[in-house]
Amino acid sequence: MMQPPWRREQREHFPGVPAWSLATSRLAPEEFGVSRLEDVTREWAWGDADGAGVRVCVLDTGVEAGHPRVGGLERSLVVADDGADLTVVDCDPVDPAGHGTACAGVIRSIAPAVSLTSVRVLTDGRSGSGAALMAGLRWAVEEGFDLVNLSLSTTRSQFLPVLHELADRAYFRRCVLVASAHNMPVVSFPWTFSSVISVASHDEPDPMTYYYNPAPPAEFYARGVRVPVAWPGGREIRSTGNSFAAPHITGICALILSRHRWLTPFQLKSVLYLAASNVVVSEGDAHVRA
Amino acid sequence: MSVHERRSDSEITERRLLQSTVEVARHVFASAAASVFLVDQETGDLVFEAVSGEGEQHLVGTRFPAGTGIAGWVAASGQPMIADEAAAVPQFAHDAAESTGYVPRSIMAAPVILQENCIGVLEVLDRSADWRGDLADVDLLALLAAQAAYGLELLLRLRRAETAVPAVPGDEDVHVLLQRISDRVPRGGRAADPTALKLLAVAEELLH
Repeated sequence: MMQPPWRREQREHFPGVPAWSLATSRLAPEEFGVSRLEDVTREWAWGDADGAGVRVCVLDTGVEAGHPRVGGLERSLVVADDGADLTVVDCDPVDPAGHGTACAGVIRSIAPAVSLTSVRVLTDGRSGSGAALMAGLRWAVEEGFDLVNLSLSTTRSQFLPVLHELADRAYFRRCVLVASAHNMPVVSFPWTFSSVISVASHDEPDPMTYYYNPAPPAEFYARGVRVPVAWPGGREIRSTGNSFAAPHITGICALILSRHRWLTPFQLKSVLYLAASNVVVSEGDAHVRA
Repeated sequence: MSVHERRSDSEITERRLLQSTVEVARHVFASAAASVFLVDQETGDLVFEAVSGEGEQHLVGTRFPAGTGIAGWVAASGQPMIADEAAAVPQFAHDAAESTGYVPRSIMAAPVILQENCIGVLEVLDRSADWRGDLADVDLLALLAAQAAYGLELLLRLRRAETAVPAVPGDEDVHVLLQRISDRVPRGGRAADPTALKLLAVAEELLH
């Protein structure tokens, strides 16, 4: 298939010259794949979709591919420091910490046929790990994943401009970043950016129940309390935290995209909104039920 | 009192602050134990700095390699979280028992974030019946961790200020001090720092 317009190399010229405008009276806008929004119900949004054909990248501590809850990986990579530069290289599908494996397992439980790739960007709590996150995210955005799960955030303001630019770039390339909200009284990102889908927790047990939050920046609440998650060694524990809420939404997004291939990030967020458990259709208008 | 003595004073305050944090955490959650780990900036290891309850006699100073266990998850991701039914996992139970002598059923942990960096983890083992709910518990622990971080930040600033400005002991002979100042005044026509000159003029007035 030909490279779609949103994945095309950006034009190399001085910004604005020639103009971004298009003389549509003379030139027809180019053709592109469209997924139109109908009356959005959950049946329309994902029905019996299984996530097939959708590629998800899990940026985390690595993923143990052999874990029964994970069910295999497309690829496993790590951000390596070769002394001069940070590069993204293939690695064994292991996860010493278990956090990434837990997140990947949640995505798989929602979207069984999705393709999962792991990029290990977190190793420990030492400072400087933000640089690995930037390198991993840049790689994932360039690689053209449909979804990137970010059950992490950084509090380091030095990364703010780069992260902002990456998030915007991802948005325009139709690479949707799903980020867990940070429940700490500190400023952190990227979950606070409008270009990403940010997720905090609700405390109900149904994995497909999620709510729209009309008072962002945390835009959605998904299952995040006592979630059954993968634990290293093929085992399972129950865990609570926004880290496990985000992969629920990533999984639901994968279902939606596998059914509606050409949704843009803004359409996807609209579908997510319209199919949220607290958003109902009344006389043609969607609204949040009081 | 010398600079050294005051520095060790602030170190004692730091110990008290961390100990008080774990005592409060243990009592608020009526838990079996609460502890604070700090990240060793050299190795990335998590080091037990203060413990209340199970293990308080022998755990302080014990290390865990970076990225291991629930504390490792929290330090890596910067996100507070709870792991329940942890004891049901034999491998985990074995590791935990070997290192701490206590196998918890549930672990709740939150990052201690100081000046944009995760410098440690506050952990609570086996909290009591969850009448507050899991989300409220994890939020409350995060608030306690933040409070500890603010305390540590104040102490850090105090230490930096003390190191930057050498103390002028109150009982020092004023003549010795004046001689030292005189030695430092630039010679050969170079102008002294204007602020220093103003301060010296103020000192002259005060000494009248």
